[in-house]
Amino acid sequence: MAAVSGLVRRPLEQVSGLLRRRFHRTVPAALQVTVREAINQGMDEELERDEKVFLLGEEVAQYDGAYKVSRGLWKKYGDKRIIDTPISEMGFAGIAVGAAMAGLRPICEFMTFNFSMQAIDQVINSAAKTYYMSGGFQSVPIVFRGPNGASAGVAAQHSQCFAAWYGHCPGLKVVSPWNSEDAKGLIKSAIRDNNPVVVLENELMYGVPFEFPSEAQSKDFLIPIGKAKIERQGTHITVVSHSRPVGHCLEAATVLSKEGIGCEVINMRTIRPMDIETIEASVMKTNHLITVEGGWPQFGVGAEICARITEGPAFNFLDAPAVRVTGADVPMPYAKILEDNSVPQVKDIIFAIKKTLNI
Amino acid sequence: MMQTVRRMELKADQLYKQKIIRGFCHLCDGQEACCVGLEAGINPTDHLITAYRAHGFTFTRGLSVREILAELTGRRGGCAKGKGGSMHMYAKNFYGGNGIVGAQVPLGAGIALACKYNGKDEVCLTLYGDGAANQGQIFEAYNMAALWKLPCIFICENNRYGMGTSVERAAASTDYYKRGDFIPGLRVDGMDILCVREATRFAAAYCRSGKGPILMELQTYRYHGHSMSDPGVSYRTREEIQEVRSKSDPIMLLKDRMVNSNLASVEELKEIDVEVRKEIEDAAQFATADPEPPLEELGYHIYSSDPPFEVRGANQWIKFKSIS
Repeated sequence: MAAVSGLVRRPLEQVSGLLRRRFHRTVPAALQVTVREAINQGMDEELERDEKVFLLGEEVAQYDGAYKVSRGLWKKYGDKRIIDTPISEMGFAGIAVGAAMAGLRPICEFMTFNFSMQAIDQVINSAAKTYYMSGGFQSVPIVFRGPNGASAGVAAQHSQCFAAWYGHCPGLKVVSPWNSEDAKGLIKSAIRDNNPVVVLENELMYGVPFEFPSEAQSKDFLIPIGKAKIERQGTHITVVSHSRPVGHCLEAATVLSKEGIGCEVINMRTIRPMDIETIEASVMKTNHLITVEGGWPQFGVGAEICARITEGPAFNFLDAPAVRVTGADVPMPYAKILEDNSVPQVKDIIFAIKKTLNI
Repeated sequence: MMQTVRRMELKADQLYKQKIIRGFCHLCDGQEACCVGLEAGINPTDHLITAYRAHGFTFTRGLSVREILAELTGRRGGCAKGKGGSMHMYAKNFYGGNGIVGAQVPLGAGIALACKYNGKDEVCLTLYGDGAANQGQIFEAYNMAALWKLPCIFICENNRYGMGTSVERAAASTDYYKRGDFIPGLRVDGMDILCVREATRFAAAYCRSGKGPILMELQTYRYHGHSMSDPGVSYRTREEIQEVRSKSDPIMLLKDRMVNSNLASVEELKEIDVEVRKEIEDAAQFATADPEPPLEELGYHIYSSDPPFEVRGANQWIKFKSIS
């Protein structure tokens, strides 16, 4: 990024040199980075930093990634570090876990997390549980990443959200980035973490640009796993979400702020270990809670948050029952009107907030 | 070494019947030539991974009988601090001890990938049984190992029965050494330790030369049932077990060979046996007397290299500290 601004500056300097005057240095225009670019950058930086890091998965090398997230990496790092696999999820996930056990730091990409179900035994039984079963002897520094949850028009078998499934298991860390900053900081932390980390990306977010703060441009920019972020402060209600729905919550908050309702929007960033303290502190301030997620309602992320709030100090501060906004309890349909109504929309979030506030 | 493995397994049988060992316990007596022979054909810097019939390998890969028996009895002196049990023992360059049938095979191919990646001339012995040989993920591993020329020696320990299902009833082709298709395969007499050792040396040299993976089928036999809850006679005859014991016992075969070639006298071998018995007795004593892991450690070892945090117990008021 510094190189880009340098290219722009030099001709100007040549001109100003002629004029024997220097232009006053203005703040560079805010850098816009898409989520895809952010993940790519994060992986690139970690591949460069540590020889032991490598990426494997279907189409990650010569195809530049099924969703172009690994674009350019194979050209830069070659066959040894960016490996195209045959369509053998259980096999290559197991190979990745074995490589991690032997001391490498693999990034195992699932083309979507729907396909991770083929390999879920390797993720849970071979990766997540091993450090515990071995009494702290054998660690598994692996990252499983890929798009999770609903996309657009891809129907039931390609639209499932796995946050609750992976979030259920001790020994795993599970993160769910929303914007570019999240994506870069979390993928870097995941790669540097000595534990199995599941990174649930979102295909619909890949192309969305966000302003990249200057700290995020550093090669050592990390976001701690296990810490949520308050994206918007508010005093009337706590709105907790992860991944793409965070954006919908912020939209809802903007609409409601015109009606004098202040929403505190929390971006979980990490599913496991969950930062319940940030949510509790917020609920103790606002007295109201809704959770918003793309996944199914039963036994989901929102269900867990509500249970923990009920069990903890924040319960006595609730002025209304905690409420969940989730995906519809159906396999994802194809027709647009059906699909649109199977995922939480801004209007559903607004409705739930008003119901909770009794407005 | 074979004698130690034999006596260790028999001691485990005893302890299990006394209910000092509980849960799963899969013994490998009869298969000693496999674990000892394989180890003799490789270096300590090579790698090995197997399934749940792992006590013999845990020993040959360097752990003591004490640590193994104490892990079986679930004590703090166990190699996994009592957290793993029979099926989850680990050591340097030994990746267990794996409970999910077949899952260890892609893991082994991955370890071989790391060997190649690091460029150190090491190989990985990836073991599985005749039952596991029909798992799909093994064929996925074969494919990738051959494609990428991974230094992986796939080893099928064929003891003729996958739990209670004989090989003829489980596999359309019981030529397990051929199942690798495009991967060259060797069929080896798994009851003859020298045979196992030489085959392993050959296979390891093949892999180290960069030619890619190779497959070995070790034809062997287990005297015990599948596990301690299986008497092992409903799907095979006592006569069969007796026949193998009298004609092909690996320890007997080696003993006879050594005595007949004047490499050792019967008395020298008896001395070894006495020492082994003592070692096993000592270890069993320790495994029985050592205390269980402290309850406070229930939450330990969830994550590696992390600061301490709290783990929930059976209800919200019970909390365990978790340390890496």
